[in-house]
Amino acid sequence: MTTTRTPAISITGLRKSFGDKVVLDGVDLAVPEGTIFSLLGPNGAGKTTTVHILSTLLPFDAGDIRVAGRDVRREPDAVRAAIGVTGQFAAVDRFLTGEENLLLMARLHHLGRGEGRRRAGELLERFDLTDAARKPLATYSGGMRRKLDLAMGLMGRPSVVFLDEPTTGLDPRSRRTMWDIVRDLVAAGVTIFLTTQDLEEADELADRIAVLDHGTVIADGTPDELKRLVPGGHISVRFADVAELDAAARALGAVSRDDEALTLQVRSEGDLRSLRALLDRMDAAAVEPEGLQVHTPDLDDVFLAFTGRTDNEKELVR
Amino acid sequence: MSTLSYAAADSLTMLRRNLKHQLRYPSLTLMLVGMPIVFLLLFVYVFGGMLGTGLGALSGGRAAYVQYVTPGIVLMTIAGAVQGTAISVAMDMTEGIVARFRTMNIARASVLSAHVYGTIVQTVAGVAVVLGLAVLIGFRPHTGTLGWLALAGVVALTTLALGWLTVALGVSAKSVETASNTPMPLMLLPFLSSAFVPTDSMPTVMRWFAEYQPFTPVTETIRGLLLGTPVGHEWIAALAWCAGLTLVGYLLTKRVYDRKAVGYR
Repeated sequence: MTTTRTPAISITGLRKSFGDKVVLDGVDLAVPEGTIFSLLGPNGAGKTTTVHILSTLLPFDAGDIRVAGRDVRREPDAVRAAIGVTGQFAAVDRFLTGEENLLLMARLHHLGRGEGRRRAGELLERFDLTDAARKPLATYSGGMRRKLDLAMGLMGRPSVVFLDEPTTGLDPRSRRTMWDIVRDLVAAGVTIFLTTQDLEEADELADRIAVLDHGTVIADGTPDELKRLVPGGHISVRFADVAELDAAARALGAVSRDDEALTLQVRSEGDLRSLRALLDRMDAAAVEPEGLQVHTPDLDDVFLAFTGRTDNEKELVR
Repeated sequence: MSTLSYAAADSLTMLRRNLKHQLRYPSLTLMLVGMPIVFLLLFVYVFGGMLGTGLGALSGGRAAYVQYVTPGIVLMTIAGAVQGTAISVAMDMTEGIVARFRTMNIARASVLSAHVYGTIVQTVAGVAVVLGLAVLIGFRPHTGTLGWLALAGVVALTTLALGWLTVALGVSAKSVETASNTPMPLMLLPFLSSAFVPTDSMPTVMRWFAEYQPFTPVTETIRGLLLGTPVGHEWIAALAWCAGLTLVGYLLTKRVYDRKAVGYR
């Protein structure tokens, strides 16, 4: 433990291209020790490339990167000794059992036989995999594989852990479990670098969030700072016909209307009080909605706020 | 521990992993050991009567041919086993686990060298099985303890050379399918050597090729050691070929592996 608050990860002027395609175009980031940092962005924003570069898997074109106080370019082995990586695709040996995978990691970290067995047992216990420890990986669910993957990354007691979209494709329960594990790690002093497409996940976990788009950081701050910049959500109200829609639009002064879908979008924080107020106003105007949907801010809103377009629009433009 | 002993420990760990894979999913291994056995039976019982007579030995026939072809089948066992090396390396490269190994502070080449060592274990065992069967159908080795040890050494060195060559092919392959095809010429080369028939019986151009390609000195060395006949200078050529091919295969592998920055594609 160092007494000065040196950043666990510092990136300045990082650039990376694959051929003509610029993937990272001057990224600067700093992650203090013992915090969770989330890199948020859509597919193809450069999140995975960033993780690969930070974890010494990929060379980069320009910039200075230090991870756990070591220079990634000059001392890759020292960086490797300090990190744990969990990728989007579980990096496990599918021909071995869960326990054998962990023992393999123990041996590669040159732990003694007894120490290795003890650590493997601890990790299996902690990740609730003890019952499945000696079963072949073919019988593991996606959530179990992901947990094993993370457990393998923790065998060497890393001080910095990279989680590349750790909950993509997981069911809600496994997702919650993964979040709890991440919180426990940080409580134990580990620094977490997390990539995600999910604003809720970043909001739940991160101390700081950076939004990556087209290889540049377009926003950087605490979740609260970012949310303050993003306009709140809205409520979408659907009506039976155009006459009702017109009446409601006059009564509510709605932000936007969609005549084809017969819906109105009303700005709202989505809390109970504003919802009740909205219903009261419709009652007073004697309009009867057919249904309504509360829409909380998501990644699309973040993009709308910072780039003036949503992720979906971008896909269409391409 | 020093860096060197760490590297040895890591290679040993990876070797254990490979042997575990081989034991748990033995179908590929069994197929690769089965193939030279089929060749042995085919050549001895189908072609052997005729080819043995052609050898011009006094006893002639099938019995003479078993003596002649068994060293060649030993070579086929090695050539067959390394086909599997390319496949299992290519399979490894598509797995996320190799990307994980690369983010760890371990001896970088250990995951690949383990494939070579695993193949050596496999060929030594395979050669023992093949020779056992050869003895059952009439092969008579004339060799002492030293000869057997030298034979094991030659088998190991040849596997080391061809193993690194096929690891290079496996690492470079774009897919597992490609990796199962590219080492095929290695199966053909024994036929164009002294493994199945003496090179004197071939037309000039082919004989020239057969005499100067690596499999002929290796076959002749194995033959000399098994039959207790003089090896001559062939063993020098055999060792030189093995050393050269090992170096080329290793350097090629290192170059491709370092460039292929991310383990999975």
